[in-house]
Amino acid sequence: MPHVAVVGAGPSGLFATAELRRRRPDVPVDVLDRLPTPFGLVRYGVAPDHHRIKSVTATLAAVFADERVRFLGNVGLGSDVTVAELRRSYDAVVVATGSGAARDLGIPGEGLPGSITAADLVAWYNGHPDAVPVLSWPRPATVAVVGAGNVALDVARVLLKSGTGLDDTDIPDPVRAGLDAHPVHAVHVVARRGHHDVRFSLGELLAFDDLPGVVPVVDPAGLTDDPPPGHAARARHAVFRRWAENSPGPGDRVLRFHVHRSPVAVLGSTRVTGIRLADPTTGTASVLDVDAVVRAIGYRGTPIPGLPFDPERATVPHESGRVEPGLYVTGWLKRGPSGVIGTNKACAVESVGSLLDDLDDLPAAAPSARKALTAAHEVVDWAGWTRIDRAEIALGRRRGRARTKITDTAELLAHARH
Amino acid sequence: MPATDEETVVPYVITDACLDVMDRTCVAQCPVDCIQEGERMLYIDPDGCIDCGACEPVCPQEAIHLAAALPAELQHFEAVNAQFHTATDYGPAGPGRAAGVDHPVVAALPRR
Repeated sequence: MPHVAVVGAGPSGLFATAELRRRRPDVPVDVLDRLPTPFGLVRYGVAPDHHRIKSVTATLAAVFADERVRFLGNVGLGSDVTVAELRRSYDAVVVATGSGAARDLGIPGEGLPGSITAADLVAWYNGHPDAVPVLSWPRPATVAVVGAGNVALDVARVLLKSGTGLDDTDIPDPVRAGLDAHPVHAVHVVARRGHHDVRFSLGELLAFDDLPGVVPVVDPAGLTDDPPPGHAARARHAVFRRWAENSPGPGDRVLRFHVHRSPVAVLGSTRVTGIRLADPTTGTASVLDVDAVVRAIGYRGTPIPGLPFDPERATVPHESGRVEPGLYVTGWLKRGPSGVIGTNKACAVESVGSLLDDLDDLPAAAPSARKALTAAHEVVDWAGWTRIDRAEIALGRRRGRARTKITDTAELLAHARH
Repeated sequence: MPATDEETVVPYVITDACLDVMDRTCVAQCPVDCIQEGERMLYIDPDGCIDCGACEPVCPQEAIHLAAALPAELQHFEAVNAQFHTATDYGPAGPGRAAGVDHPVVAALPRR
């Protein structure tokens, strides 16, 4: 019987696993993850106040109800096992490790204290075990968030809500305290794209209408009368036009959109004091006085030994998900960091289709190699994760919440053991 | 983690631009399989929808709207989508129903 390894227990890996179950229920699947916890960016990327999106974990977890699907948590590709070892141990390997690194702006001043990546900030407020505190500004701060997508809006919303506003979420206590200790009275969202081309989704924009004490404002420069094609883009355009009329009063906290503006330099000598913007068409420059800059301009895949890599696209070259017979990619590592959670399902269906076209003709792997692979590591299996899950729910209950995340790897492993 | 919203939320809604087309690209994108078929149109189950938005941009008919941004003349499709999944005498295929049966409001619409 062939045995498949899926590397990465995020949405892409688990959609691939579900598709494998659906089409070949006889084939056992091992799902590896470098963390002791499953769900990848659903747990560590989706904003903590997006309860409905986070509830996709119930769907993703369903594959583990089948005893032929094993969770092998706390096993890192590169650190604990190599691609070559996996290929010797499994008949087919699907790599779904995503795009973990942040893209940089490539402008002067980007390395100043107070200039941070959304990837680091999001990992911290979501309690990722590897994350460190990144907020450092004097109070109360004005923050520029650079980016034209929903991550920029997540960051802006979380900063404006502060810790107290996230009381109904699973954020760890130190994160709640850290957000409360770094209040934000204004956020500037800066996007190089024009009003018609920004990637903010309508629902994410409308959420700011309901944020108490926050007034969204749009810089009317560049906001044209002609609506863009597509009903969602038109509705977004209408929101921007409505917000262009807003005038915040004293005491209001402000979310100000600067669209069609390129960041050209982060300003400051010892830490961030401003950001210089330019109109990409005319070059006209302007300066925003800010205490911090968060760049939310996307993620990048990083090369993995044993896998080919396209440095331009920062993805693994493939044909319909096939890197070569026996080796497959899916999700962000395959097509780059774009789309929403559901996009990865159709992506996984394609990759698994390629795998199943090949599977019966692939050379058989040695089960003994598989056993040795897992014997050498402290593996967190699904029962171990279930114990972590229960501990987090109990921790949350003591705080009147549905869950409070545990962030320390040693503590996660201790809960997994008993 | 369970959704904390107690009230029934209808994040996305399919409207009559889907009628007699049923492209189904959205079905492949939906991560929680909450888009079900009637005879002539697709419907989103508001209890299943997790508000991810994967379906909306892929619809070639632009039939899918955020509920909060439905044009006035399409508002009633919010109830149509929800009722399709809770009614007993019509709804998606399932036990006792070999194929989906459209909401009466949809069934009464002229063929396109």
